[in-house]
Amino acid sequence: MNEPVRVQKDFTNAPLCLSGKGVTKIFGFGDKKTVAVDHVDFEFHEGEFVSIVGESGSGKTTLSKMLLGLSNATEGEIFFQGKPRDISSGHKKKEYWKGIQAIFQDPFSSFNTFQKIDTVLLDCINMRGGKSLSKEEKFNMMSEACQFVNLEFKELTNKYPFELSGGQMQRLMIARIFLLKPKILLADEPTSMVDACSRATILDMLLNLRDEVGMTVIFITHDIGLAYYISDTVYIMEHGKFVEYGKADEVILHPNAAYTKRLISDVPKIHEAWDLSTVDLKQEA
Amino acid sequence: MKNTLRQVFHSPKFVGGFVIFLAILLTMFIYPLFNPGNPLQQIGVGTFAKPGTYVSLYDATKAKTETFRLPEAAENRLAASLTDEDRVAMIEYFNAMEIDISDLDMDDTDALLQMWEENYDPSVRPKGMTGARVNYFKRLNNSLQDLKSGDTLIIAEEGEDGELVESKKITTTDYVNTNAVANVKTLPLGTDNFGRDVLKELVSATGTSIMIGLLAGTVATIIGLSFGLLAGYLGGFVDDFIMFITNIFTVIPGFVLLILISYSIGQEQRGAAVVATVIGLTGWTWTARSVRSQVISLRNRDHVNLSKLSGHSLLRIILTDILPYIASYVVMAFILQVSSGILAEAQLSLLGLGPRTTEVPTLGLMMNWAMLYSAHTNGSWWAYFPVILVITLISFSLNLMNTGLDQVFNPTLRD
Amino acid sequence: MGKVMLEVRNLKTKYVTRFHEDVYAVDGVSFAIEEGKSLGIAGESGCGKSTLALSMMGYYFPPLHYMSGDIIIDGQNISGMDPDTVRKTILGSEIAYIPQAAMNALNPTQKIIRFLEDVIHAHDPKKSKAEIREMAEARFAEVGLPLDALDKHAVELSGGMKQRTVIAVSTILNPKVLIADEPSSALDVTSQKLVIKMMRQLMESGHVKSMLFITHELPLLYNVTDDIMVMYAGQIVEKGTAQEMVFDPVHPYSHGLMGSILVPEEGTRGHKLAAIPGAPPNLKRPPDGCRFAERCKYATADCRYTAIPEKTFGEGRMYRCLLGIDELKEAYSHE
Repeated sequence: MNEPVRVQKDFTNAPLCLSGKGVTKIFGFGDKKTVAVDHVDFEFHEGEFVSIVGESGSGKTTLSKMLLGLSNATEGEIFFQGKPRDISSGHKKKEYWKGIQAIFQDPFSSFNTFQKIDTVLLDCINMRGGKSLSKEEKFNMMSEACQFVNLEFKELTNKYPFELSGGQMQRLMIARIFLLKPKILLADEPTSMVDACSRATILDMLLNLRDEVGMTVIFITHDIGLAYYISDTVYIMEHGKFVEYGKADEVILHPNAAYTKRLISDVPKIHEAWDLSTVDLKQEA
Repeated sequence: MKNTLRQVFHSPKFVGGFVIFLAILLTMFIYPLFNPGNPLQQIGVGTFAKPGTYVSLYDATKAKTETFRLPEAAENRLAASLTDEDRVAMIEYFNAMEIDISDLDMDDTDALLQMWEENYDPSVRPKGMTGARVNYFKRLNNSLQDLKSGDTLIIAEEGEDGELVESKKITTTDYVNTNAVANVKTLPLGTDNFGRDVLKELVSATGTSIMIGLLAGTVATIIGLSFGLLAGYLGGFVDDFIMFITNIFTVIPGFVLLILISYSIGQEQRGAAVVATVIGLTGWTWTARSVRSQVISLRNRDHVNLSKLSGHSLLRIILTDILPYIASYVVMAFILQVSSGILAEAQLSLLGLGPRTTEVPTLGLMMNWAMLYSAHTNGSWWAYFPVILVITLISFSLNLMNTGLDQVFNPTLRD
Repeated sequence: MGKVMLEVRNLKTKYVTRFHEDVYAVDGVSFAIEEGKSLGIAGESGCGKSTLALSMMGYYFPPLHYMSGDIIIDGQNISGMDPDTVRKTILGSEIAYIPQAAMNALNPTQKIIRFLEDVIHAHDPKKSKAEIREMAEARFAEVGLPLDALDKHAVELSGGMKQRTVIAVSTILNPKVLIADEPSSALDVTSQKLVIKMMRQLMESGHVKSMLFITHELPLLYNVTDDIMVMYAGQIVEKGTAQEMVFDPVHPYSHGLMGSILVPEEGTRGHKLAAIPGAPPNLKRPPDGCRFAERCKYATADCRYTAIPEKTFGEGRMYRCLLGIDELKEAYSHE
């Protein structure tokens, strides 16, 4: 059962897909200034499965918004495929968003509940320039995408998203990415709101999708076990900074940073003992 | 969608309000079918005729009479003709004559008249009574004698040779079937100061007022909605600017602004539509504020972000990803705006700043007329009380609908 | 064998929706917890584990309704008691309940000591303020909470501290059963460890006689409780010790659930995770047969139409499946 199926691949020589230098986000000013993301540098390579691990308040969601171009960095620069990213106008943003797409945490709020599922998928085909395709071709594309995530498109037509379960909705989100085929997929805690049994399915689909489309996946999570299971590279984030990053095996099994060590030791495990005796209740949490 | 409607019509509050409002609307449409004509037509010359059924005296005398022997009818006639004022005067006379009336009941017409018969003496002048008062009692006595006499009324017509010829004799036992009289007029709510049918006027005024409310609500909702959507979705400078204007409008009391605008427009320019628009123009701030806060909570939702990532335009995001989510909220705000529009019109008109008076009646104008012609001091309740009742009912039903909707769309309020 | 603190026999409760439809959320659940023991309930969202916790308090208010069954706390049957009596005599002293968002349930305008006064006065109105403070300080010192927290408002405390304070407040009357429904899910892992440590300490010192712990996080449950029950669609499908349940699950659903555990430990990277397709049945019309049959790889035609009995085996273990243990083990070994 414990034979590794996926081996650790080395991405250090792969071409850069998304990278950043000194990326900073500051909210407010004066006394109320909060530095959410504090001068972070990162290099995500093509085809890499990267996890950004951090607890709530670490700034990982703020960083993801900046990576997606939904908010602007206060300082620093983000490079897309080696060139500085330009999202200054609406048109340039649209171009950028052809290259980067996202799956969000809450499947129930990811869909416009007033739109049918067909509309969601048709939008993706149109965005990829498939507006002029025939009805039949579009239908085949949508069926194929649904097939990929083990859904039957015929059963979904004319249905609204809220008629599906959380797991099905999240799979539909993956189908959407399958149609869009972006260079980068940013997945912001896509499994934290779905059940354990559906989680495995979704993770498998993300891995298959990565191999099928050949894209970079940036996986944002608070669950270090999950990050270890799925990713090639892990970035550990604390208080707006990356305290440690590297290959998943190295970071998780031989952590260097104090924060990473604490994080790993505090997560309940099943083979190793979860040591409560060292916990001092009197320490200020 | 279907499910939502089902829930809405499962809410007892909404259904209650809806039924009341529907009843008012139906009356508005159906009543004029049975009673067509101009609601402002003056049907009477006098002011404030009491509610009741009116028959033409002329037609009544022309109608075929039946003779009944109804002894109590004569008594009733006497009792009804003897006013409270007369009764008090009679007691006053007895007191002045120092007659013991401790057993006398003022409402007992028989006993009172009998006492009067026994004791009234025109030749005696009670001590300390003025001459005018003595004459008054003489006149009272004469009219009492007339009432009691039951004389035959003779109706004469001019004959062929120009002389008056007796044409009809009416005795106290003669009765007319009202169905046989032409031109019977029932005025359930009497007439107002200009002699106009209050009920007909009220039905027409309700319609106008609801139209004013709807127009004012639409104007306020459209302005408030567009400002709220823009401010909430765009944020930044646009938000600051729109909220600056909204705050100015909020700080200045809306009603004062309304009075000033109405006044400066001038009586001649103020049609119902103009007044409604003005009310709408001053009442949008509340909608703008609440829509803005709703949009702010929506604009960072994942489906909006996803829509942006799909390259949708600003207009499309607002129309398809934001508007449907706040639609229920906007409907509730609209209902409240309609209700407050109707109230604002009533207030304005009461102050004489409502629509000009010659074209259409509105609920506010009816109150204004009733107030100007002192209906409240001379006891003509029918000129203003039904109006107040209708305003209250409309306002109540709209607010009830709003509360019902709120309970459906806002799960925290469910019981 | 210890004294049984909480026993639930064939408990059935339902929700009534706005359209007067019945949802059978807890359908024939039986179990017992002995003194000094803790029991965990695992299951996916919507399986009825939170409803079970609410039902066990005997404190029913719409839309939740009691249907049948017994809830016996230390020999006292509280099922069918009227809510007011339950609130006055059972909650706090017999059962303490900590919901997931408990830390947000503190009234922000009052100091912590006031909550303690409320809880204690509800059961013993004669206690003086000084006595209560003495009690509170002793308990706070014992569980390592700073004493000055007593005179603070809830907003002045951090999330983890708030949750620990809530636990300290609700267990001040030494309840026989502590029901904790996801008490640490909203916290970061470090605070979670503190909360668990504190709950364990309350158990060890005997202030809390037994505990029912509900969570969807299996590694946490494995480390916290002695026994684990797996719940599916309103029923218990398997019961056993934590060790047995995680490493030797019998029921196909628990097998799948345990196969989806993710922990940051060597050897867990990249192995195949167990996945269960499909969704749980609609509890408005629960199936006649096995509720898991629709999603079960090993289901036969019989599974769908036969009522499935609870089968006991080993040392107090139970599972609810038509297939035999050997058949299931055989099937698992081929995967």
